[in-house]
Amino acid sequence: MSEKTWKEVPMGGLILEAGNAAEYLTGDWRTERPIFHEDKCKQCLFCWICCPDTSMIIKDKKVIGIDYDYCKGCGICMEVCPFDAIEMVQEGGDE
Amino acid sequence: MAKPMAISGNFAAAYSTKQINPHIVAAYPITPQTLMMEKFSEYVANGEVDTELICVESEHSAMSACIGAAAAGGRVITSTAANGLALMFEVVYIAASLRLPMTMCVMNRALSGPINIHCDHSDAMGVRDSGWIQVFNENAQEVYDTMFQACRIGEHKDIKLPVMVNFDGFITSHKVERVDVLDDDVVQDYIGKFEPMYPLLDVDNPLTYGPLDLFDYYFEHKRQQVDAMQKALPIIEKEMKAYGKVSGREYGIMESYHLDDADYVIICMSSTAGTTKFVVDRMRAQGKKVGLLKLRLFRPFPAKQIAEQLAGVKRIAVLDRSESFGAFGGPLFTEVRNALYDVNDKPGITGYVYGLGGRDISADQIEGVFNKLISAPDKMIGDIQYLGVRGD
Repeated sequence: MSEKTWKEVPMGGLILEAGNAAEYLTGDWRTERPIFHEDKCKQCLFCWICCPDTSMIIKDKKVIGIDYDYCKGCGICMEVCPFDAIEMVQEGGDE
Repeated sequence: MAKPMAISGNFAAAYSTKQINPHIVAAYPITPQTLMMEKFSEYVANGEVDTELICVESEHSAMSACIGAAAAGGRVITSTAANGLALMFEVVYIAASLRLPMTMCVMNRALSGPINIHCDHSDAMGVRDSGWIQVFNENAQEVYDTMFQACRIGEHKDIKLPVMVNFDGFITSHKVERVDVLDDDVVQDYIGKFEPMYPLLDVDNPLTYGPLDLFDYYFEHKRQQVDAMQKALPIIEKEMKAYGKVSGREYGIMESYHLDDADYVIICMSSTAGTTKFVVDRMRAQGKKVGLLKLRLFRPFPAKQIAEQLAGVKRIAVLDRSESFGAFGGPLFTEVRNALYDVNDKPGITGYVYGLGGRDISADQIEGVFNKLISAPDKMIGDIQYLGVRGD
């Protein structure tokens, strides 16, 4: 949480610049965290297609990880993965 | 050249709106406001204004349209009364919270139920915590003049708040009086060109109105509104006074009538102040030291100024034209009594609730209030009485 005072923020709750959604890290909404197991992954990219956010990180046409800044933990990637390469664990656990 | 007209309060509100020539007016008809908008729609139909008049399907929509238009960057005016204001309630708060200057006439009328179309202040008092500046006007001339002051006040860079121009339903809204009007160009010079601070239509500087604002920043934005209200008070005083240079009619946030040497004082708002002036004249002629403090500005509430005005007074009666059920006195009484808490040698104070649902208030009744103040025991306990109700 930012710590600006009432004297520093724009009045009325206005946001004075556009295109700022990226600054809002929605990852902290997550209650369950997807864990990517690269050893089981066949790179079918179902998870990348189905992710409602853009939280599957792709490099050279391959899944290399998950963007936890924005992943809301919906679990769709785990659900669609034919190879059990994504596992959901509780946030705040000691994984 | 200024000229006199014989017009009602509603006509005065419509005529001043015509002279302001706002970008947008959005309103829904409700008694006793209807005649203002009927008159204004004539101006629109005749091409006498550039205003786009939006005829909406409810008061909630009227205020919503005004908020959209003000956020877009327009000068906006609307009006309503009683149940219409109640239907707006949710969005009335949003206009103030988004810091959108606009003007709303409220022809004060009793809230249902049982259903009643006549004057009291329960509608405006219902939104007294909404963050709007609230001015109460005694007569049609004050309504006319306050409409222009409202533009200057609400749009001031350090305020940016909506302004409610209150006047008594039917009593002031329908009664025909002499109103001295200004020339159009004098009005336009006084109110100036509207300069929106953050117009949505400024496509080169895109911004967001009304995002989600939770525990991290909502409190800070409310604190800003408190600050705006505090800063508004001296600016309003200055603007109302400065209006005298334009019109020859100088206003204050309150009006003292024979107050300087008065021992016994009535405090009230709107048209009842006119009746009270008549009674003060009558009793002064009999050598009685009575006076009136007419409050024009209710929000922000000028507590310090009221305490200064009432220093040295023996006894006060506060007349409230609305009830706050279960509270210790009407809204004006509780505010005034609160304002006097830190005064040395406090005056005795009593509260009257009167005139609910348009019940007439007569000069004799007001004289009765003064006489009770004069004959009261030294220590008054701040009791609340009901003036003009049968059975008390």
